[in-house]
Amino acid sequence: MAKYLLLKHYRGAPAPANDVPMERWSPEEISAHMQYMNDFAARLEKTGEFVDGQALAPEGAWVRYDGEGRPPVTDGPFAETKDLIAGWMIIDVDSYERAVELAGELSAAPGAGGRPIHEWLEVRPFLTAPPTITE
Amino acid sequence: MDEVLIRSLAPSVIAVLVRRGADFAAAEDAVQDALVEALRTWAGPSPCPRLRPDDAGPPPDPRLRPPGEGPVRDPKGWLITVAWRKFLDAARADAARRRREDRFEDEPAPGPVPAVDDTLQLYFLCAHPSLTPASAVALTLRAVGGLTTRQIAEAYLVPEATMAQRISRAKRTVASPARTEPGTRGIFGRPGDVATVLRVLYLVFNEGYSGDIDLAAEAIRLTRRLAAGIDHPEVAGLLALMLLHHARRASRTAPDGSLVPLADQDRGRWDTGLITEGVGILQAALARDRLGEFQAQAAIAALHADAPTAEETDWVQIVEWYDELTRLTDSPVVRLNRAVAVGEAEGPHAGLAALAALDTSSPDSRPRSGEAHPVPRHTAVAAYLHERAGDLTTAARLYAEAAHKAPNLAERDHLTRQAARLNTRRPH
Repeated sequence: MAKYLLLKHYRGAPAPANDVPMERWSPEEISAHMQYMNDFAARLEKTGEFVDGQALAPEGAWVRYDGEGRPPVTDGPFAETKDLIAGWMIIDVDSYERAVELAGELSAAPGAGGRPIHEWLEVRPFLTAPPTITE
Repeated sequence: MDEVLIRSLAPSVIAVLVRRGADFAAAEDAVQDALVEALRTWAGPSPCPRLRPDDAGPPPDPRLRPPGEGPVRDPKGWLITVAWRKFLDAARADAARRRREDRFEDEPAPGPVPAVDDTLQLYFLCAHPSLTPASAVALTLRAVGGLTTRQIAEAYLVPEATMAQRISRAKRTVASPARTEPGTRGIFGRPGDVATVLRVLYLVFNEGYSGDIDLAAEAIRLTRRLAAGIDHPEVAGLLALMLLHHARRASRTAPDGSLVPLADQDRGRWDTGLITEGVGILQAALARDRLGEFQAQAAIAALHADAPTAEETDWVQIVEWYDELTRLTDSPVVRLNRAVAVGEAEGPHAGLAALAALDTSSPDSRPRSGEAHPVPRHTAVAAYLHERAGDLTTAARLYAEAAHKAPNLAERDHLTRQAARLNTRRPH
């Protein structure tokens, strides 16, 4: 088993095919989208492949150390960050192929007009602990 | 064996161990171990695997094991016996370790015989003013609520090891000699005050629920017990507030998990038993004429509960209660809610005026240019009032903006739907 992070972006991903902001959908289309996402996570829990899923608020700030005895420096929130993560799902699957298959399904969530969004999701493998047997 | 009954015994068993000479931290640990063992052995092969700890440990002394599958005749006695043995085991291991380290300390002296209910003292200890809210909540749920570390961790979505550390740090804080003043009464040392206890219980009630423990129900149980032992109108006020909100819970979310606003809720699904109880408790508290924040909030909840339909809500009286609340705690959040009530009582334009007045009332509640409004839900309220005033374009824009800043998924989803509803409406 290997863990993969499926990343959803507010910004920074290539534009999806069905690119309409959610507040322009009908309430029924929003419900259908939510239902699809919930069903997807529930199905992965049943297959034993779901690990975690979280959503992030769109606003964040940069923070860094500024020397002994000084408060950290903060910068932001930035309106124009190029890349902005919206949330993630962590899955634990048998193969990279399975991770890609699932990301493809998640990307097919319905959007405006009830058609799939074709949203681009970033698939990132976790670095794992070294195996016990190496030779 | 009922898990809630087992849990309810926890604080009195802790008190027994402390009276026998254990310090609070060690007693609390021992009782936690005993509770975990009780849940495992009394429930038998549990249908709910979460109740079983990973560290199964050695099988319990057969003399202590409940006979067969039947119920335990004296659960409290069983817990005291097992917890005391756990305490002695830990103390012996600790003493052996100290001998190895060539150190010696006197055994702790037995505490004085308590004059007041030990269980109530535990509430005050766990709401110690030196604790952060998160630590006070965790310690209260374990020592007073009798929940296991795992259940608390699941409820707050943190790893069990993290929650275990949070609890042991909290216990070190409350047990620190520097924080215990000489001459304080009771066996648990220096406590916090009623207001701190109520804030902790309010947090438990309000901070959502997940995992297999219903934190709202747990908060009500703990507040009920506190109210039974302490004659204080604000304790009654908080209990009434919780009951009145809990009564609406089933109607607050749609089957798909989305939020249903108060005005759209199916009032037939409100729990009339809880409402009647909450109103009764509130009236008795108000009659004592020592008004406080929780009584005022409960009064507002009671007025909502009293309306057969949303249209029949007595908004004029609700505005009066918000005026009382503003007098008691002048917070921007209260003023924001008051603006909503004014909007219902006197029309959306009056509501928008009240909202504008909020921005000028204090520098902290005014937005700086380019930043989010510092008062949570301010934008959502503005959107709602603009919609009622007929400015649907502004309302849709503000709903979308509010969704962007929403603090949780359910609200974001709800606000996005509101924007969507206005954006996709058919032109008349």
